[in-house]
Amino acid sequence: MKIDLTVNGQAASGEVEARTLLVDFLREQLRLTGTHVGCDTSQCGACVVMVDGKSVKSCTMLAAMADGCDLTTIEGLANGAELHPMQQAFMDNHGLQCGFCTPGMVMSGLDIVNRHGRELDAATVRRELNGNICRCTGYQNIVKSIREGARAMGD
Amino acid sequence: MREQGIGASVRRKEDQRFLLGKGRYTGDINVAGQTHAYFLRSPHAHAVIEGIDTSAATAAPGVVAVLTGDDLAADGIGPLICGVTVTSDDGEPHRAPAHPALAQGKVNYVGDHVAVVIAETLTQAQDAAELVDVKYRPLPAVSSTGEAASEGQQQIHDVAPDNVCFNWPFGDKAANDEAFASAHRISSIELTNNRMVTNPMEPRAALGEYNSGTEEITLHMTTQNPHVHRLVLAAFNQLAPEHKLRVVGPDVGGGFGAKIFVYAEELVVGWACRKVNRPVKWTGDRSEAFMADAHGRDHVSRAEMALDENGRFLAMRVQTTANLGAYLSTFSTMVPSYLYAFLLAGQYATPLIYSEVKAVFTNTAPVDASRGAGRPEATYLLERLVDVCAADMDLDPAEIRRRNFIPKDAFPYQTPVVQCYDSGDYEAALDQAMELADYAGFAARAEEARSRGKLRGIGFSSYVEACGIAPSAAVGQLGGGVGLWESAQVRFNPTGNVQVFTGTHSHGQGHETTFAQLVCDQLGVPFENIEVIHGDTARTQFGMGTYGSRSLAVGGVAIAKACDKLIAKGRKIAAHAMEAAEGDIEFADGNYTVAGTDKSMNIAEVAFTAYVPHNYPEGVEPGFDENAFFDPMNFSFPAGTHICEVEVDPDTGVVEIADYTAVDDFGKLVNPMIVEGQVHGGIVHGIGQALLEGCRYDSDGQLVTASFMDYAMPRADNAPDFRVGYAPTDPPHNPLGVKGCGEAGAIGAPPAVINAIANAIGARHVEMPATPETVWRACQSAA
Repeated sequence: MKIDLTVNGQAASGEVEARTLLVDFLREQLRLTGTHVGCDTSQCGACVVMVDGKSVKSCTMLAAMADGCDLTTIEGLANGAELHPMQQAFMDNHGLQCGFCTPGMVMSGLDIVNRHGRELDAATVRRELNGNICRCTGYQNIVKSIREGARAMGD
Repeated sequence: MREQGIGASVRRKEDQRFLLGKGRYTGDINVAGQTHAYFLRSPHAHAVIEGIDTSAATAAPGVVAVLTGDDLAADGIGPLICGVTVTSDDGEPHRAPAHPALAQGKVNYVGDHVAVVIAETLTQAQDAAELVDVKYRPLPAVSSTGEAASEGQQQIHDVAPDNVCFNWPFGDKAANDEAFASAHRISSIELTNNRMVTNPMEPRAALGEYNSGTEEITLHMTTQNPHVHRLVLAAFNQLAPEHKLRVVGPDVGGGFGAKIFVYAEELVVGWACRKVNRPVKWTGDRSEAFMADAHGRDHVSRAEMALDENGRFLAMRVQTTANLGAYLSTFSTMVPSYLYAFLLAGQYATPLIYSEVKAVFTNTAPVDASRGAGRPEATYLLERLVDVCAADMDLDPAEIRRRNFIPKDAFPYQTPVVQCYDSGDYEAALDQAMELADYAGFAARAEEARSRGKLRGIGFSSYVEACGIAPSAAVGQLGGGVGLWESAQVRFNPTGNVQVFTGTHSHGQGHETTFAQLVCDQLGVPFENIEVIHGDTARTQFGMGTYGSRSLAVGGVAIAKACDKLIAKGRKIAAHAMEAAEGDIEFADGNYTVAGTDKSMNIAEVAFTAYVPHNYPEGVEPGFDENAFFDPMNFSFPAGTHICEVEVDPDTGVVEIADYTAVDDFGKLVNPMIVEGQVHGGIVHGIGQALLEGCRYDSDGQLVTASFMDYAMPRADNAPDFRVGYAPTDPPHNPLGVKGCGEAGAIGAPPAVINAIANAIGARHVEMPATPETVWRACQSAA
């Protein structure tokens, strides 16, 4: 079937099978490989994208369900080489190591800001990151990054 | 200190691309004409294959080929190897069953590789795999570590009677027995070291391309050591001659050991791309990682300590059964032997240590190195035993450690178990940790917790590890089949920027930054003009890769040596250009200066002169590009004390990590920000082992923890912020004064956590993972 959607502000379309997952459509057809696949049970959160302003694990959604939706992926945040404040906070606070879970962490960070505002306490961030797994960082610097990124988003 | 030199917390060069979504991991790469591979795996833990009918699958839509072990054998592709020999107590080498990349007549664990389907799309390959008809005759399975070698167990491999790979005693048993016979007291403990699935976040993947014109295979893959992969695949698997095989590890999403090894999938992809003369891509999913990545740990042990009346350690003896799984993975045999028994002295001056390690086969996935590899097992055993000793002797856990520490003036210190520790000041780390953790205030905190119905406990872990894995001679003596030096090439381009080629591989550690800091500091070249290149056998000189916290301690020194050579060569060129004697040229901050004058030449100008040698010293070769190798005299021995405080809810058994302090000796820090990140990650890995992670097979050998739904990975709310401190000493044999930091947390944390839980609930021991059920039951027994 054919789907039409908006991805990172650009019109996109594609021919997909009914079983095609949104993440596979993004990665394989649109070549937006910043969205990663770290598991097959919707646990790890490496594939989080924004669909109509809400964070979604793109491995839990069929591409067909995204027909007509407005998506933002990790590739859509920066202004050229100028990082989004949330991305910049990850760099400044060493919130990433291997980089594989990072796109999902950044997108989840934005979703936490959307739902909890820009003044975040560490406990809230830790609780809200329950759907994102990182094996490298021990999370402390991710939590710090999201809190700082949230504050910087208002500047 | 230069702003971006050694000691500065420089922001990482690699972060920009990762944050923009522009990382390039193996699974992100697609090439024209690519096909997709899907592996058909055994659903049985142990079965004879009576037949495989691939005809229906081969005829399915989009299928390019269906290949089995017979095809592999017909093409002369060799079995997977184990590269380290351990001599068993009968004088024979360890038992090594054949390990075909695709099963030949028998499967030995759930997830074992039966066939590969190659098709135009992944879904076509998956659909066709359903049509492969495999006739299995199931056999009884062996899955228990402790019982694998017991009488009456099913025999797995003909070459390994009683499922034993090796029996490996080490130490002076008679002297040890004598010390035990005259001891004031003997303390003992029995424990398991829980099986872990390493789980880097990026699953393994491979993309093979064959160039029929040049007969070269290019294999992009998730690797921690591209040259080691190339060497083994060429020399032992006959995939292609070494000079016709290129292995590329692009961005790699974490390794922690799991991507060191030569696995079936990557070999089969490399072989299949030539066979079908099309690019072949395989991207593993998480279920495959659980089933077929090498696992870690999985020991069952008993340990005893002989003590004198003052709580001093007189002798220790250890019996361990280590599960190696169904086949021997690449470095599996050395993990429960050399990387384990040789670390059993820990930080203590115990004069006699005797250990017996029995390594067994089971119908489970192969077990090999995983973050720490042997050292976490040794540390957990020892540090738990030390706490039991403290309880038996009615001594404070800090005090019993202090009494037995190797004193700081005893270094270099020859332990009774081979290792000679380079440098250390264990008491300094303990003191600093106790200060940071406010040990003095613990009683008040425990009292306050009691008022809330919580049991608060404190646990110590004083660990030492051997890393910077190298000395080739030592590795050779131990039965290792490789040298473990590291190499570097530092190349100035004519325009003055610098490319650093390293044989190590970065998969999260930040080498592109740390190594650039080294070069920036030494050569005085602006940080942004330095590019670190790794992970491609076609671009970098031979190297041994990254594991065992070796990259800076070994690879970093190779880079420094190459820089030394450049500086020396540049001195000749600068002297000639400035018409001065070579001995009068001083080099500092990137400038060659004629001593006592203002005549000066920047190293970039010298580089240009070397490439455009119009006015050039006689006898000096053109070019500004140097190679160096470094093979250190010894391992490096990071050490430290970690202190964990937990609060246990006795009604539910839920454990909360209330506070955690780590004070480590990593020698000199090049990038403190990166080091601290490594510490955090390691600690949470260790907390995962202590509280959450446990890989389980049932008695039929079925893997019951095969996803993140069943296997509990640590998440953000499983740990607090950590207190991190450093108590550095100067390792005399390392020219940079560095040790290694990548594994320390995973080594130090498990006993700190379990000691804290045992302290909280008044139990002698609690097994890992200390899940709420385990802790609740322990609370009931303790009460």
